[in-house]
Amino acid sequence: MTDQTQIARTTCYMCACRCGIQVHLKSGQVTYIEGNRDHPVNKGVLCAKGASGIMQVKAPSRLRVPLRRVGPRGSGAFEEITWEEALSTAAAWMKPLRETAPEKLAFFTGRDQSQSFTGWWAQAFGTPNYAAHGGFCSVNMAAAGIYTMGGAFWEFGQPDWDRTKLFVMFGVAEDHDSNPIKIGLGKLKARGVRVVGVNPIRTGYNAVADDWFGITPGTDGLLILSLIHCLFEAGKIDLDYLARWTNAPLLIQEDGPEKGLFVRNAESQPFVIDRRTGMPAPWDGKGVQPDLGAVHSGNRTVFQHMAERYLSPEHAPEAVAARCGIPAARIRSLAAELADVAFNQAIEIACEWTDFRGDHHKTMPGRPVSFHAMRGISAHANGFQTARALHLLQILLGTVETPGGYRFKPPYPKPVEAHPTPHFVTAPGKPLSGPHLGYIRSPEQLALKEDGTPARIDKAFTWENPFSAHGLMHMLIPNAHAGDPYRIDTLFLYMANMAWNSSMNTAKVMEMLTDRDASGDYIIPRIIYSDAYASEMVAYADLILPDTTYLERHDCISLLDRPISEPDAAGDSIRWPVIEPDRDVRGFQSVLLDLGHRLGLAPMVAPDGSPKFKDYADYIQNHIRRPGVGPLIGYRGDGTAEGRGDANPNQIEAYKQNGGFYQAHVPENARFFKPWNMDYQNWAVKTSFYESPQPYLFNLWSEPMRRFQMAAEGLGPIQPPDHLRPQLIKAMDPLPCWYPCTDDAFPIHALTQRPMDMYHSWGTQNAWLRQIRGQNVLYVPTKIWEANGFKDGDYARLTSVSGEITVPVAHMAALNENTVWTWNAIGKRKGAWALDEGAHEAKEGFLLNHLISELLPEKGDGQRWANSDPVTGQAAWFDLKVRIENVGPRTEALPAFPPIPRAVPQGTTRAKGVK
Amino acid sequence: MTSLPTHVDKQLGLVIDLDTCVGCQACVTACKGWNDHSQGLSDQDPYGSEPMGAFLNRVHTYAVQPADGTAQTINFPRSCLHCSDAPCVTVCPTGASYKRAEDGIVLVNEDACIGCGLCAWACPYGARELDPTEKVMKKCTLCVDRIYDEALPEIDREPACVRTCPTGARHFGDLSDPASKVSQLVAQRGGYDLMPDLGTKPSNKYLPPRKKDRLETSPLAPLLDIKAQGLAGWLDKMLGRLP
Repeated sequence: MTDQTQIARTTCYMCACRCGIQVHLKSGQVTYIEGNRDHPVNKGVLCAKGASGIMQVKAPSRLRVPLRRVGPRGSGAFEEITWEEALSTAAAWMKPLRETAPEKLAFFTGRDQSQSFTGWWAQAFGTPNYAAHGGFCSVNMAAAGIYTMGGAFWEFGQPDWDRTKLFVMFGVAEDHDSNPIKIGLGKLKARGVRVVGVNPIRTGYNAVADDWFGITPGTDGLLILSLIHCLFEAGKIDLDYLARWTNAPLLIQEDGPEKGLFVRNAESQPFVIDRRTGMPAPWDGKGVQPDLGAVHSGNRTVFQHMAERYLSPEHAPEAVAARCGIPAARIRSLAAELADVAFNQAIEIACEWTDFRGDHHKTMPGRPVSFHAMRGISAHANGFQTARALHLLQILLGTVETPGGYRFKPPYPKPVEAHPTPHFVTAPGKPLSGPHLGYIRSPEQLALKEDGTPARIDKAFTWENPFSAHGLMHMLIPNAHAGDPYRIDTLFLYMANMAWNSSMNTAKVMEMLTDRDASGDYIIPRIIYSDAYASEMVAYADLILPDTTYLERHDCISLLDRPISEPDAAGDSIRWPVIEPDRDVRGFQSVLLDLGHRLGLAPMVAPDGSPKFKDYADYIQNHIRRPGVGPLIGYRGDGTAEGRGDANPNQIEAYKQNGGFYQAHVPENARFFKPWNMDYQNWAVKTSFYESPQPYLFNLWSEPMRRFQMAAEGLGPIQPPDHLRPQLIKAMDPLPCWYPCTDDAFPIHALTQRPMDMYHSWGTQNAWLRQIRGQNVLYVPTKIWEANGFKDGDYARLTSVSGEITVPVAHMAALNENTVWTWNAIGKRKGAWALDEGAHEAKEGFLLNHLISELLPEKGDGQRWANSDPVTGQAAWFDLKVRIENVGPRTEALPAFPPIPRAVPQGTTRAKGVK
Repeated sequence: MTSLPTHVDKQLGLVIDLDTCVGCQACVTACKGWNDHSQGLSDQDPYGSEPMGAFLNRVHTYAVQPADGTAQTINFPRSCLHCSDAPCVTVCPTGASYKRAEDGIVLVNEDACIGCGLCAWACPYGARELDPTEKVMKKCTLCVDRIYDEALPEIDREPACVRTCPTGARHFGDLSDPASKVSQLVAQRGGYDLMPDLGTKPSNKYLPPRKKDRLETSPLAPLLDIKAQGLAGWLDKMLGRLP
């Protein structure tokens, strides 16, 4: 390292992990990027993408200047315009919508890391039509976790890597999350801790698992409930934990109009039977010992309902083995190992604490079994219930928020009741009365208009998918095109490649974006798109607002959004411009503030009519969300306040001096049992996560789900449409359940997973990363390989219920015998991303998306049935089933689309490092 | 022909844990990035149909099918092994390829390299790459420009691949010192030489994957005969255990 090298510490954006990086700079040029050792997320390490960021900020695919479409949509004919023209055009399109019908603007952001800001903007505009990409990512995981225990995996919590003695992962692809999981696995391996992988594909994390369960896709829930069966059968359940911290001792109405809801007292509060007295007592009363075995006026506890259900022979390993593709003996072995570690190898930390009942504890006992799960269980139409089943398994073993188990990361835990409900009522010229997204508890909170039709373009929070906490971005374009539930005017998209890998049914979506009505007008009248790169989506927009790269911008990784907390510390961080753009581009968030001012959105206009915020950095420091609470928790007020305090004009500078992040450390006696630990609850209030302590019980029995199931059974004043009753009765089961989610007419499961060295479509434009993985093939298991007589060089025709592709194959033995798979988002459209039209990505590369429709096949009832989880609307990517056929050697994958006209010139050379 | 040193004062090298490597490629691009900026590692046609660049470290993925077990996937990082009997040195016609006596690192003096490629041919591990633009041989230097650089914090004086490895599967140290952390790891975990029969005496060691798919815990004993005693019997017995 030479004396001239300067090191700037900021936050990575090569994927969604938000690691700390040290950017080496020489004469204003980036020369090298490495991990920041002080940073809580990555502790100095960095993944393949992060270290390749230098090729991303120099990529020839970067957009250079605002563009306005001059030819037909999709033709790629653009003219370069000034920012003033771009912003006045956008404002002129949006202003009349705001004044007449704000819902006609649909603003959806893809891999947005500023959702608390973009959502705030959309709320000020007044459109109900806002969400990010969670609906096609992992909303099942997030929502099931919140509804069950007030947090899920990844940014909600993580295994206690330092203390766990057995780690089991379900459906974890190689990207969620990246470095934290790898660091954790490394710790386990260094200690020789056993790792079990449940995944149809044995690569990556599953390749280093000591035991691999190559499960049939979509049956994880069946396996988990069978493990639960084994634990019930053997009595290996943490009764003390269930009685104290969960709703297992609450009583369920056995009959009557409130059947399935909790028995309540005169004050409308659920209660328990106290083992000391045999009498009803408040669930949170001091010294109360809730009785799991109580029967009160004929009403049994949740625990007894669970025992009845999960002891049933239908959950026995022998009954599920064939469907799961796992021998019964292995299921029983895994259950025995879970029980052995949880109950025979329990640990204890000497640390005193006090729970919400006022009971004092001398120690923190732990059951050192931990789990992680991600999209593999989430992206199925039974994913919500499967994720709930996994949380039930964690809780029965007493492993959540105990040493060695799974630990929440502040601001989680946070019960459903502490989250907002969705806001959706529009009025011309008015903001929305609250945030768009939330967690609903009962049918009256659905986002329905007075006539019962959906308030949102994506039909989130409707009977089709009541708990759609992240919206349904995958339904946005199809619904807007179908005019179902209504037509919109302007589609405003940020960082979402909807004309390619981010849409199901890609070819159809391209048609929808260019389709015209009888009078020759586009059915989706206007499309505004902001991205930093020349993705496939650019050609389909009318106005392009070029964004900066991640090293050229301010950003805020906020506790109001998706922060960088660890179990022992709340954390947030910033990005700041470590280099200046060499193009006429602007950070999208600053552009939104400018647009907001032009539109006269109140929170963005100062009393004298000037812009309230100069740019996003100004907003980050000076925006006040609630009194004393802003986007960043560190260095508030005079620079010493944490969590709450006035805006500080030197806050960003203080973050820069601290390496780009801030941590508020959890007090030692608040580190575990967080939902029930008053030391944690009080610290959480002080640090601004909520306004009053929020202790709660884990919801093994989900009353919100039961309320929707009851409605489907005909109870209550608000009723679903008849055609949705059967799916609501099935899917809104108040106890975790499993139902099949795939179509048996096609014999083979087809999956995608993202490689560790690519982040969706961004990776391919990267000169280094595309040399590592510039082509994807379809991996075929031995049985199917041999049955079809495949040889290297052959192509396969894959047919699904909605499409057909022809793609290159390769043999892979370590794979579920009925599953084929490929790497996602490697395949590119010719002409995009500044690549050569003959690039392997565009020639042999392919997407499975062409085989997946956002809708299920028509049933002849006139309904559009979504290919989604009926609880949350999560896109069911992994329910895909196909037929396969050997078509012999080929040279190009099908379908092949005509080249997309270039928005930037093809890349030729790369800027070389400084020698 | 070039001579090897008769004695090395120490032997620096890497220990790579194949039980832990998840194949994430982090070491590949950290290496590319560091060496691109320090010694230049060019790419030809980086956005074209056949991109071709020099990498000093690559990770390969192999399928393993045990005779009587479940198929496995092994990720295998590959870079120069800094051999004691390095055939890439002895084959070099100009003396450009050499092994240092002071620390055992095998290096290339680019000024003396004529790009003949003999060393790449002689290396059985495929660890050397010709820079497609400069036409000189490039190889892993163990980040010789990091490990002795006093301008770097001491903790950072290790190869870029080791510093970045997210799973901690890569270790750096003196393999000639039996007390070193790397030597101890090799001893504890049965670290082995790659293709020892070739007589190259590689300095880098690999730690083998642990035995897999051996879960055979005995099934749990049922609490009671649920068919005979029913749910009520189960509840009595289960809840009767509470103090």
